[in-house]
This record gives sequence, structure tokens and C-alpha cells, in this order.
Amino acid sequence: MYAYTDFDRQFVHARAAQFRDQLERNLAGKLSDDEFRPLRLQNGWYVQRHAPMLRVAVPYGALSSRQLRQLARIAREFDRGFGHFTTRQNLQYNWIPLPRSADVMDLLADVDMHGIQTSGNCIRNITSDALAGVAVDEIVDPRPYAEILRQWSTLHPEFAFLPRKFKIAISGAEEDRAAIAWHDIGLQLRKNAAGEVGFEVLVGGGMGRTPVIAQKINAFVPWQQILVYLEAIVRVYNRYGRRDNMYKARIKILVKAEGQRFFDQVNEEFAQILGSDDGGHEQLLPQAELDRVAASFTTPEGVQAQASQDILAGATGAYKRWLERNVHAHRIPGYRAVTLSLKRAGLPPGDATDAQMDSAADLADRYSSGELRVSHEQNLVLPWVRESDLPALFAAAKDNGFATPNIGLLTDMIACPGGDLCALANARSIPIAAAITERFEDLDELYDIGDIDLHISGCINSCGHHHSGHIGILGVDKDGSEWYQITLGGADGSTLSGAATPGKVIGPSFAADEVPDVIESIVHTYRAERDRGERFIDTVRRIGIDPFKAPANAQRTLTGQAKEVA
Amino acid sequence: MKFVNDTPPELFTLANDADVESIAAQLPQLRAIALQFPKWVDGRAYSQARLLRSRYRFRGEIRAVGEVLVDMLPMLQRTGFDAVQLRSDQDEAAARRALAFFPAGHYQGDVTRPLPKFAR
Repeated sequence: MYAYTDFDRQFVHARAAQFRDQLERNLAGKLSDDEFRPLRLQNGWYVQRHAPMLRVAVPYGALSSRQLRQLARIAREFDRGFGHFTTRQNLQYNWIPLPRSADVMDLLADVDMHGIQTSGNCIRNITSDALAGVAVDEIVDPRPYAEILRQWSTLHPEFAFLPRKFKIAISGAEEDRAAIAWHDIGLQLRKNAAGEVGFEVLVGGGMGRTPVIAQKINAFVPWQQILVYLEAIVRVYNRYGRRDNMYKARIKILVKAEGQRFFDQVNEEFAQILGSDDGGHEQLLPQAELDRVAASFTTPEGVQAQASQDILAGATGAYKRWLERNVHAHRIPGYRAVTLSLKRAGLPPGDATDAQMDSAADLADRYSSGELRVSHEQNLVLPWVRESDLPALFAAAKDNGFATPNIGLLTDMIACPGGDLCALANARSIPIAAAITERFEDLDELYDIGDIDLHISGCINSCGHHHSGHIGILGVDKDGSEWYQITLGGADGSTLSGAATPGKVIGPSFAADEVPDVIESIVHTYRAERDRGERFIDTVRRIGIDPFKAPANAQRTLTGQAKEVA
Repeated sequence: MKFVNDTPPELFTLANDADVESIAAQLPQLRAIALQFPKWVDGRAYSQARLLRSRYRFRGEIRAVGEVLVDMLPMLQRTGFDAVQLRSDQDEAAARRALAFFPAGHYQGDVTRPLPKFAR
């Protein structure tokens, strides 16, 4: 975990004080709601369907047990006793009254947390690999760089009012667990032939109405130069990104429109900053600064290589399944990373109650050096678990509702809060997720279906990443009622999913009641068509989406069978 | 930061979609440049100011005009503006207060303090 310095700590308190001043002016009628909006957004405060929503930053998903207990306390004392972990590794509250918002920011600052730039047209919270620092396939630990980028982007004076939101993800492993090609900037840490560390830089990815996969703009930017390179990209975007139409304002549209010219402009800007700007060279990262930050990300005290065990030997039943699905390889012999599943019947995907947050914090203290991660798939991960502790952890996780052995399976779905809570949504996500979870509660069936990414978004803003789901479900509004468009074959860019790509629509939208039947029919088609051992996404890629259409359309009871297949 | 309300004759106005490069040759003759905020959330002029100061070493006045609100002051100052024409309903005292929330400074280098935190 990054250890806040005195400077970092006074900074988040200063930000909280600044927010309190803005809030008080707003409540006193001296700052209009319209003009307060961009200011509160840049502190994570949206106004939603029922109340403001607060999005708390969990930078690159790293969380201490102390922080999680404070999040539990805020859920208990200020909200209705729960929070929602998001695909961008943040935590959202839904019921905190705005007049109490400044008090919450103070409580967050007390544990080195904040809501800075979790919304607004600025550089958002940096996301990364939930297994950073423990993954067996890691090339370079991305966390020190992610923290350096967090500091660089925090209250950057030139980039606070970009044309649109701007998301950066960073991965340091062979496997992309951060969906970097779906981001405005995707950073992949690499080592060159000389063993030097640098970044492969992708630019112009994004979801929304126009899903676009990021393109490689530079194969290797030495780590010392990364802040300058990012400044060049964001400056070109700030100057030339479209501001006349919010649906065409993301950098992906600029990159598509300008093509090579955009790349040339960025490289020219980069050269100019280093070649002629006052303060340009001073932005090159010195080794001392990398070392200072990296010193926070060493292996926790007491974590030492142990004799490794065959953890599956003798394991049976539910425990064996949990080991297979929720327990991950670790770079240190004798250790594992363990996912606490937040996907279980009775609670929306990614939700945790205050009591569950407290018990997850207890588990982290007992079994994981007090540290947790929030994963892109909306689960919690304990990164430092001894193999010898796995049976005890399984029992404790089970007692607290975290042990559903479904990681990577159909019910480990990604979903946004949807129309139950979000003012932007066209349709609800939570009841759809609940109905599918209920339909596929048989573990034998779930295991037979195997690895599958199911992603649900309540609207085209794509917070539930429906574009990248092997099965994507998108809520749409038609004449004021809720409908759902189904896509197949999307990929987040992981090895299992293949190169990042948006899914293809299988037909006109379905009514909410039809969706579980449609998903079941898709699964049925897959099981009928698959080759031995072939995973869902591979079958879809081999046979295409056509064989799925007719069986899916046969499920229409409310929308009518007469509709043409689009 | 200077709070202004006049329009001096020597003030040169640069549109916020214009390239700073396009006036590079004129800069030695200019004493004051107005950069525009047609909407306060349109952040293009921050980049223009930063380039005028850091790349072209413009030492004259750079003032913010248009929809200029008190909460923009920290960004304006840090990107190189030294004069602002606040929108008429804005409170100068609140604007001054807005400049004082981060007495220990920021992480990045900027025009007023070119060294980033890690280099200070």
C-alpha cells in the first residue's frame, strides 16, 4: 500500500476544506446548482434518482483494512448500510444527503481517501490490475507508476476541464486484467532488450455509443518520460477535442478523425515540451522519486516464501470448487491471492453491506497483511494469503457470504447499479442480474457452462461494460419502458477473451421478463454447438452469432415473434 | 492575481480555438492578451496560457475574460493568468479565498512553480 506522506495527507484535507467552502456557498444560495455541479462532480458527488451518489476513489484498487472499516462506517452512519464496488475499482454510495457531504469528505481524508476526479470531464481515477504486485505473470509492478500517475493527474490545472471524461488504465503483467484497450489511454509496462522499463502506450479506446478499441501510439516510452508523454496526449486532446457535441467529445473520436495526424501532433508536442518548455525537463521522473514511491509497495512484513503445497490434494466438494475458482496463483511460493465473491443471490453484483465490509476488513487483517484489492470485475481480492490458511479462510469467507465459488463463471457478472439508483439509466440492471443469478444457481450447471463474461449496463454510458461481455446486456428505453439489447462475442482483451472487441447485437431488444430465457437459450445453443472443452467465447467466434439468433428470438413472449431479426 | 474591469486599447484577444503558434511572431509587440472562456467549463484557454508562458516566454499580462467564476482562480493562476475579469455577479473576496486552499502547493509543476513536488 502507498503510505501517505504529510504532504499527501494535508492535501486531501485541503481538498475537503475547499469542497466544504463550495458546498456552503451552494447551500447559502451564493453558488448556483448549475455552477456547483462540475465542482461537486470532480469530488465524486452526482445527484441521482433518489439522492446524491458519492463515488469514492480507490486508486488502482488498493485498499487497507482500516480504510475499508471507514467505508463501512460511512455506509452505516451516512448511507443505508451498503456500498457498490464498480468496474473502475471505486466505491459508490447512494443515499447520503448533500448537506452532509462535506463531513463525509473529512472522514475519508482521515483515512487518506478522497473522491477527487472520480467524475467530471477530467482525468479520472487510474485503474490497474487487481493482482498487481502478486501476479505470477508480472513483468513490472504497475503500482508505483499508478501512484505517480495519480499524483500527476490530481488537480492538474490545465486538464480539469477537458472536452469529456478521461480514463487511464495501467497493466504490468503478461495478462491484461485491466481492459486497457478500452481506455482513453491504456498503458502496458514492458521491458526492452536491455532490460529497461517503459510503457507501450495505447490511445483512443472507449465504450459508450461508439465503442472503439485503443490504438498503439508508441511502442516504448521510457518510464522517466511518461508524465511528459501523457501531458502531450492530453494537451492535444484539450486543444482539439470536440466540444460541440458531448457524444463526439471523447478522445476516441479525435483519434479516429485525425488518425496519423493526431499521432504526429502528440509526438511533436512531446518533443516541444522537452526541447523548449520551461519546466519541461523537470517533469522527467528521477530514479529517486520512483524509489521513494516504490518503497511503499514492497512485500508486507512477515510474508516469506513457504514450502508450496498442492492445495487441491484431498480437497473435495464446495472447498475444492472454491480453490479452483476463487484462489489464484501467487509470485511467492506458499502464497495465494483469494477473491471474495461479491456475486451471490440476494445482493446486486458488487454490493457489500457495512457488516460485510467490516468482516472483509477482519479477513484482510487475519489472512492478508491488512490489505485488499477491488477488482475490475467488482469483487474484493485478498492478495497475501498463506496456502496453509486457505481452509480457515474458506470457512470464514463462507460464514460472511463471500465464498460463492463462481469467479469467472456466468454469475460472476459485471453490472452497473442501473435504473434503480442511477438517473442516467434507461433501464434497471439489478433485477436482470438477480433473475439471471436465480436461473443459474445450480453450481453443476454453472461449472459445465464454464468461463463466460456476462456484462450488464443500464444505458449506453456502458458503466457495466456490456460492449466487452462475451454476452452483453444493454438497457434501452423505448416509449418510456425498459428493453434490453443482447450482444455476443465482446472481449475485454484478456487471453481467455481474445483481442478487445465490442460484441454484436443478436436482434431487436427484448422485454425484461424475456431476458433470463434469452440468456438460457444462448447458453443452450452454446452447449449444443461446442466442441469438446471449447469455451463459450471460442464457440461464438467459431460459429458466429447467427446460430444463436433463432433460439433467442423464440423466447419472445411479450415482444412478439413477428419481429424481424435485425 | 489582478482583478480587472477595464478594456485597455492594447489588449489583444485570442480566440480559444486559435493556435498560440499563430501569433508567435507578434508576441514581442503585445503587452496584454485576453484568453476567452465562452463557457467556464471550456478549458482550452488553460492550455493556451500555459503555452504562452512556458513555451513562448510571454511576459505581458494574460487575462481571463468571458464566463470567469471564482472557482476557476486556482487553475487560472497556475496556468499563467495574472489578471481576471470576473463575471459581474462574482464575489472578489470568494475569489481570493479560492486561491488559498492549498498553501503547501500541488503535485505537478505549473507556471507559478515550475518544479513538480518530486523535484522540489
